[in-house]
Amino acid sequence: MAQPQTLAQKLIAAACGREAVAEGEIVTCAVDLAMFHDSSGPRRLQPMLQELGATLWDPAKVVLVIDHYVPESDDESRRIVRIARDWAAEKQLPNVYDSVGICHVVVPQHGHIRPGMFCVGGDSHSPTGGAFGAYMFGIGSTEMLGVAVTGQIWVKVPKTLMMDWRGRLADGVTAKDMMLHMIGRYGMNGGRYQAVEFCGEAVRALSMQERMTLSNMSAELGSQVGLIAPDETTAAYLRAAGVTAELDLARWQGDADADAEWHDFDAAALAPQVAAPHSPANARAVDEYPDVPLQVAYIGACTGAKLEDLRAAASVLRGRRLADGMQLMVAPASRQDQEQADREGVMQVLRDAGAQVLATSCGACAGYGGSIPDGASVISTTARNFKGRMGSETAQVYLASPYTVAASAVAGRVADPREFLA
Amino acid sequence: MNDQTTTHRVWRVGADIDTDALAPGAYMKFGIDEIARHCLQRVRPEFASQVQPGDVLVAGPNFGIGSSREQAAAALVRLGVAAVIAPSFNGLYFRNAFNVGLLLLTCEQAGTLAEGERVTLDPVAGRIGRPGGAPDALHCETVPGFLLDMVQAGGLLNLLKQRQTS
Repeated sequence: MAQPQTLAQKLIAAACGREAVAEGEIVTCAVDLAMFHDSSGPRRLQPMLQELGATLWDPAKVVLVIDHYVPESDDESRRIVRIARDWAAEKQLPNVYDSVGICHVVVPQHGHIRPGMFCVGGDSHSPTGGAFGAYMFGIGSTEMLGVAVTGQIWVKVPKTLMMDWRGRLADGVTAKDMMLHMIGRYGMNGGRYQAVEFCGEAVRALSMQERMTLSNMSAELGSQVGLIAPDETTAAYLRAAGVTAELDLARWQGDADADAEWHDFDAAALAPQVAAPHSPANARAVDEYPDVPLQVAYIGACTGAKLEDLRAAASVLRGRRLADGMQLMVAPASRQDQEQADREGVMQVLRDAGAQVLATSCGACAGYGGSIPDGASVISTTARNFKGRMGSETAQVYLASPYTVAASAVAGRVADPREFLA
Repeated sequence: MNDQTTTHRVWRVGADIDTDALAPGAYMKFGIDEIARHCLQRVRPEFASQVQPGDVLVAGPNFGIGSSREQAAAALVRLGVAAVIAPSFNGLYFRNAFNVGLLLLTCEQAGTLAEGERVTLDPVAGRIGRPGGAPDALHCETVPGFLLDMVQAGGLLNLLKQRQTS
């Protein structure tokens, strides 16, 4: 009988063709899926592949998403996007998603990430795929070159940090609040590049998109991956996404007696969280920000503008208007999410409240496709508030959930959404 | 790099240096020369113009948090930085750095190194020497051979090219 294994160990063992792996071992894994985007993908990979005279190991295992520099706004962005489109055509890539949303949301929506897979992405928020019980992490372009040529990558088998959330979240409290709380408690390197696994009643109760928010911000916790063991919620999402392959949910569960470091949290006691400038680790309960005036609210990014995030914002904004002098920008995370939100009347609620709807792309989150105004105090559903991150060196960015951002947009200052939902 | 006679001048920066500080988003659409000109401008505006090839950067904990953009490591290589020494690094940054040929040394006592001090580097023995007469050499974590190979080759791309021709 093999050693008891965590979910992370089982995923790695399967990818390196072993029965079991031990913490600390360095192993070489076969990659089932490599996700590229326009910024770190073709424009960087194509010249390197050319220099090597090498070809893609398996175009069917590549998914290309054009999301960072769209809509194109200048000569540089036009050039970067053109390289991606030309390269996709030349290589006849079967999986290309152009200007339909952000990679971390679009790729799962098309059923590409399934339990048991081993995946890499050319973006730091790639741990989002861990929400599906896949071992997925972010790498840089040069390391992606290695994957593109060989289909393999090394990993050091991590320790697993079990984040066990007991109880149920209160209304108006979300996965985003859970993550900000954990990052505030452990810091941006608290994950020590190990494997985090989210578990417990509160995690089980989360929808897939909320689970994706947890896994997404594993990047800000500094772990390599943020895993959630798959269950019927996972299976139902994937079926709806068109996945017909058999899903072996029972296989992709950690052993109860596997060695892991456990951390306990009480979901019911969690208040909405806000992270002050300029770090996600500056997270504290919303009531610790009694008088913070704001000029801009931003609902965007893979972290905070999925369908469920838009619905959350709308539940606060329904029948309300932005505070005087307040600007609300909404950049839905994917076209599919935006279209569904349109059908449900969610987008209309946001517009009626005074929101300006932007393109479904990475937008101002990383300052690549637009910027927030200089000097503004901003509250945002995005993942990072490093100085200058959103395109302005002088803006002050607070991070929060879509509920809290919407409530703050109405109040014109940092506000507790629970007062609006009662 | 593990030449004990070569000394490297220390530049000090603080904790939590993020990838936006190393490779600001607004310049990411340009090539590495332009990004390197703005490397660390937010933290030490004089750094990019005054750093000399062979200098080392000594930082506080959590160096390289943030994005997967490897330009945050490549910019330092472009400026000739020989190594970054810090008590801890973001894991994704750690992988990127070696892949683009930048040596990272994890050293708990990095904070004892002073601005302008000269050090020697021995990543194989896990030692940072202080020939200037400062008390003792510092211990750092040793770097696995396959990562040092990438640094010596000048990054994974060069290593793959060397292997093709050999």
